[in-house]
Amino acid sequence: MSNDGQPAQDPLIDETQAEQRRSAAARLFDIRRVIGGLFVAYGIVVTLIGIFDSRAEIDKAEGVRINLWAGLVMLTFGLFMLLWQWLRPAEPPPPNEQQPGA
Amino acid sequence: MDGGGLRLNMNGLDYLILALYFVTVLGVGFAARRAIRTSVDFFLSGRSLPAWVTGLAFVSANLGALEIIGMAANGAQYGVMTVHYYWIGAVPAMVFLGIVMMPFYYGSKVRSVPEYLRLRFNRPTHLLNALSFAVAQVLIAGVNLYALALVMQALLGWPLWTAVVVGAAIVLAYITIGGLSGAIYNEVLQFFVILAGLIPVTVIGLVKVGGVNGLMDAVRDSKLGEAGLHAWQDTGSTANPLGAQWIGIVFGLGFVLSFGYWTTNFAEVQRALSAKNMSAARRTPIIAAYPKLFIPLVTIIPGLVALVTVKGLGAESGDLQYNNAIPLLMRDLLPNGVLGVAVTGLLASFMAGMAANVSGFNTVFTYDIWQAYLRPGRSDEYYLRIGRWATVAAVVVGIGTAFIAAGFSNIMNYIQALFSLFNAPLFATFIIGMFWKRMSALAGFWSLLLGTLASLATYLLYKGGVIDFNSDLEESFWGAGIAFVTVAVVAVIMTPLTAPKRDEELRGLVYGLGGVDLKGDVLAGDAVWYRSPLLLGVIAVVLAALFYIPVF
Repeated sequence: MSNDGQPAQDPLIDETQAEQRRSAAARLFDIRRVIGGLFVAYGIVVTLIGIFDSRAEIDKAEGVRINLWAGLVMLTFGLFMLLWQWLRPAEPPPPNEQQPGA
Repeated sequence: MDGGGLRLNMNGLDYLILALYFVTVLGVGFAARRAIRTSVDFFLSGRSLPAWVTGLAFVSANLGALEIIGMAANGAQYGVMTVHYYWIGAVPAMVFLGIVMMPFYYGSKVRSVPEYLRLRFNRPTHLLNALSFAVAQVLIAGVNLYALALVMQALLGWPLWTAVVVGAAIVLAYITIGGLSGAIYNEVLQFFVILAGLIPVTVIGLVKVGGVNGLMDAVRDSKLGEAGLHAWQDTGSTANPLGAQWIGIVFGLGFVLSFGYWTTNFAEVQRALSAKNMSAARRTPIIAAYPKLFIPLVTIIPGLVALVTVKGLGAESGDLQYNNAIPLLMRDLLPNGVLGVAVTGLLASFMAGMAANVSGFNTVFTYDIWQAYLRPGRSDEYYLRIGRWATVAAVVVGIGTAFIAAGFSNIMNYIQALFSLFNAPLFATFIIGMFWKRMSALAGFWSLLLGTLASLATYLLYKGGVIDFNSDLEESFWGAGIAFVTVAVVAVIMTPLTAPKRDEELRGLVYGLGGVDLKGDVLAGDAVWYRSPLLLGVIAVVLAALFYIPVF
């Protein structure tokens, strides 16, 4: 596709785009921290339940220690999210053309 | 099966898991608040999100519980043919959206899908689409809410109205406060929680029936028989579980219905518009296609397991309807602990569906109706405030719809069928308008209007018994096809008779006129080969084709 010239202009869109210079989007937190946190918590709770599961509960799940396994998998996944965020922090957004004081 | 109801035996720890989730969802909403200063921050997350976030939100917005429960039900009822809804009925359209259409959506900086119609055609076309979208979203939000309440009532024993109000209040809080960022971040979280809930059901279900081979043997002995294990084999005629020929599957489901839904539904496209640059926007639906390839594993397999293990599944009413396939397996197979996670996943998916409707509605209402026609020229803060109020209004109307739905049980099906009629003509208008620069503004309006009426007429004549189709599915294939042809014919007849738009007005909106910059805002890291939308898209489509081989 060629790149000759700008897309068509529209006053409503241009207004909103101009306002966007004040955007606070850079202050958005990183969702990986929340996913990691929730899954670590779930992992710990469910793993503990799994360790103390009674025979009846294991039999209900066709003999699979599902709480233990699911708990450990969720814990690992949560830790992976936290580790990923720690190793590869979010790239700072490109600087706006005009950075307002606030 | 004692028919002892669907009530799950939830204990305190299960409720702890559920409560933890609700608290987190609200926390995400509050934490997203500080990143909102402008209307674009509120409606489009400031166009700042990375592709993996928007991609997972894209798939999650579609992963409402109606979808999960419905696809498991289809799995039990139609067998392996249900994969068509994913592999041919979703993946190609998602890839097409990313590769072909997204450059026009994202590049033109439109703030919504209806807004594209305003720039490409004219204000009447825009208003027609904006109004029908807005009405559809609030009504469907109500349907989602009612379905959520039904499940909470059946599984947890909550009174219907408590469940409606609690569900609505949570969605209302996190979208009003956190805007689209709140919605999208929660959708990403929901995506993982839904999987964490569905995978244990699938795994234990497979163990119970003796693995994949055991499941296949059992399905052969079930009422589906051998046909339940093949996706294409019997599609030369309509003598297959789905009652559809291959031509209907390929063109009806794979082309007209799925392209109509995935490429023009703003509740989906909005997720891509919130991406941080062109490359991320194009990758959004393509990244979403990968989970979509695998979701049938956790919906259709449980459906089949339920078919072969739950005696009497498939009743017309009561607890043994196909729609209860997943809840029944949860009741029978999951011990406390993972049970709490599974219930949380189910409730999460209901809220994901409703949140997508509400966040799509508030944007279209504010930008496309309020700003464009009712109160133009106000400040950005003003529209931000209107957006918050629109969110409140949408949820209140949704609660109203939920109670109407509670009174007339069939109304849910009608609402969904009614609005799916709008997709095919809309897609036809888009695709012709995007690739045929001569198509005039007036032709756009009449194509969309007459195409929608054609679709509606087919549906009403079918329902009224005037014309006959093998199944509702076949009706929707044909209705969509008729709408598509109507749009094309009207466009071809009207365009030569009406004035064209000038090329400068169409730059960036129509193929072949330039004005689309695919590389301008790309970050250094986005240029690497494995982030190429084209490559990722082609791989997704090839995988979808390969996946058919074992279930041909």
